[in-house]
Amino acid sequence: MLTPAQISVPAPTDIRLTELGIGTCARVVSVAAPEGGAPVELGRRLAELGFLPGEAVRIVAKGLMAKAPIAVRIGTGTFALRLFEAACIRVCPEQPQPG
Amino acid sequence: MEAVPSAPSPLIALVGNPNCGKTALFNILTGSRQKVANYAGVTVERKEGSLLTPSGRRVRILDLPGAYSLDPLTPDEQVTADVLLGRRTGETQPDFVVCVTDATNLRQNLRLVLSLKRLGLPMVVALNMSDVARRKGIAIDAGRLAAELGVPVVETIGVKSSGVRELVKVLDRIGMSDRVAGGGPVLWRTPSKSEIEDDQTEVRRILGAVGGDRLDGVTFSDRLDAIVLHPVVGPLILAAILFLVFQAVFAWAQVPMDAIKLGVATVGNWLGAALPASLLKDLLINGILAGVGSVLVFLPQIIILFFFILMLEDSGYLPRAAFLLDRVMGSVGLSGRAFIPLLSSFACAIPGIMATRTIQNPRDRLTTIMIAPLMTCSARLPVYALIIGAFIPRRTVWGGLELQGVVLFALYVVGVVSAMAVAFVLKRSGQGSSFQALMLELPVYHWPNLRNLAIGLWQRVEIFMSRVGTIILALMVILWALSSFPAPPPGATGPAIQYSIAGHLGSWLAVLFAPIGFNWQISIALVPGLAAREVAVGALGTVYALSATGDDVSGALTPLIAHSWSLPTALSLLAWYVFAPQCLSTLATVKRETNSWRYPIIMAAYLFAMAYAGSWITYRVALALLGNS
Repeated sequence: MLTPAQISVPAPTDIRLTELGIGTCARVVSVAAPEGGAPVELGRRLAELGFLPGEAVRIVAKGLMAKAPIAVRIGTGTFALRLFEAACIRVCPEQPQPG
Repeated sequence: MEAVPSAPSPLIALVGNPNCGKTALFNILTGSRQKVANYAGVTVERKEGSLLTPSGRRVRILDLPGAYSLDPLTPDEQVTADVLLGRRTGETQPDFVVCVTDATNLRQNLRLVLSLKRLGLPMVVALNMSDVARRKGIAIDAGRLAAELGVPVVETIGVKSSGVRELVKVLDRIGMSDRVAGGGPVLWRTPSKSEIEDDQTEVRRILGAVGGDRLDGVTFSDRLDAIVLHPVVGPLILAAILFLVFQAVFAWAQVPMDAIKLGVATVGNWLGAALPASLLKDLLINGILAGVGSVLVFLPQIIILFFFILMLEDSGYLPRAAFLLDRVMGSVGLSGRAFIPLLSSFACAIPGIMATRTIQNPRDRLTTIMIAPLMTCSARLPVYALIIGAFIPRRTVWGGLELQGVVLFALYVVGVVSAMAVAFVLKRSGQGSSFQALMLELPVYHWPNLRNLAIGLWQRVEIFMSRVGTIILALMVILWALSSFPAPPPGATGPAIQYSIAGHLGSWLAVLFAPIGFNWQISIALVPGLAAREVAVGALGTVYALSATGDDVSGALTPLIAHSWSLPTALSLLAWYVFAPQCLSTLATVKRETNSWRYPIIMAAYLFAMAYAGSWITYRVALALLGNS
């Protein structure tokens, strides 16, 4: 069992959730404060929904259009996130990224 | 045991994350013994029911709105937190808390359990959907979970009456040993992010201990989502579903509607034969029966529409539709979440506007409220159905599509497109934050539960019927009086209504509405239609039934208007109803939701302007193309 302290050490491969490919499993490394004037409570809400270090994530679906939201599996739940929300979340892929 | 004889029955609160099956559990516990109202001062729905335990005790059960945490971000969560913390005025703090969890999603749900535990209220954890979990191979040791959490845990199946037996036993015992201290405000401190992380570490430890620490691979829902959320196939499925709904509303409702019409006509004939000619007979047949009957006839369509909305909601499809539409909605400054309130507005703008409380961003919410009345509500269906039935030929086009259904669909589309346009203008006129949150949960798909469907449908039918029974009936009688008094002078040649108050009012309004092709009968009908849109149909029935001079007083409205209106007039009235702010209850709801007269006034003004402009253009274009035939 990993403790939060061990997990939050940024892995060299750590990327934004938005950069993760569909179907690739990953683990949450950290949830950063939102950038560019997004409301601060956003980070806390992401944590409350389960986007917490060490949790397993996977992209379930992406839209066709640029800036369309993505559907993300977090643990056993699935949430639709807008890109600026997903961009706060840094993840570490558990398998090589396709492409 | 310190039971005071006069003590009220204990109040039990159901708390849980959204989508944990809490409402299904509430339905199974309380059955139809539910009271649906609002929390004082806000428009969050308050659902209370009661349960008679095996030992003969009555307990009250409060279904609190779903919440992800006790630090509220939405008005729904605010209510849940306030009630639990005992700081909501007018609400007693619950004596006991049932924390409902989805056994297949404990990883998310247990954090709320840990927060609730800190409140120190007596509680039990309901391990809901335990049957689904078992089928999925998740074997949770409930006894071990109770030991780890330090609170009792019972397994429940929220869709089977036998599935709540254990929970009912627990509820039967409360108040004898659990409730120690009296109520009173509970201290609560917002946890920091690292405390939330600590909670999650604890959740992982507990899950490991009870055998619930298992992540699914690719599930049935995932496979379905691969199709339903597909960027190309998904929107096609969505369009097909919405189209099916509108076709069904027209096609399936035909038989029951004919039956209701026949029933009303039979009662009318019977009354006509049984009663001596009098003012009362006139009121009964031409005022009450004709008016209410012509509105009641649309009950089947409303039931079918709500049936589909509830099915889509219960199955888990609605949030997916919101996901698919988020980009499109976002381009006009709306959140994907606005889709659900707006879809509800197709049934009625009032629940739709009330449902906007799930939108966190106040600006986003206001925009959604302002455009909600442009979604074609079911109250407009009677008007649309009447005019379409009278003027659009019943034939199939483009290989099997009902032309009437196509026209109805087009009216819905016009409403949606104008709503988008208004939202876009509102977005451009304000500064508009580009960071509106979505964070919408996509729950696991499941078959809609018949009991929940039936209860939901019944609540809607009750609302519609009580409107027919109260406000519409009252208006019908008033309108009948306006149309009957004063009586025509002796030797008058025209229909009696021309000499009445309504006739004078109608001819005065007709001047205002003449440029858009409305005759005085329509102009009269629009006045009571302000109270509720569907009243206009009943009003037309009354106006025409009273003004008819021959034997066809009881004749159906449809051939009457088909005969006396021109096609441009009919199309103009359809256009009017797409926009018109003809519902005082909607405006009252907006006032209540925004807590200001400013927005309902703006709303009424802009909708009236759009309605007049839309009708004027429709009328003029139709005249130019068709001539006044």
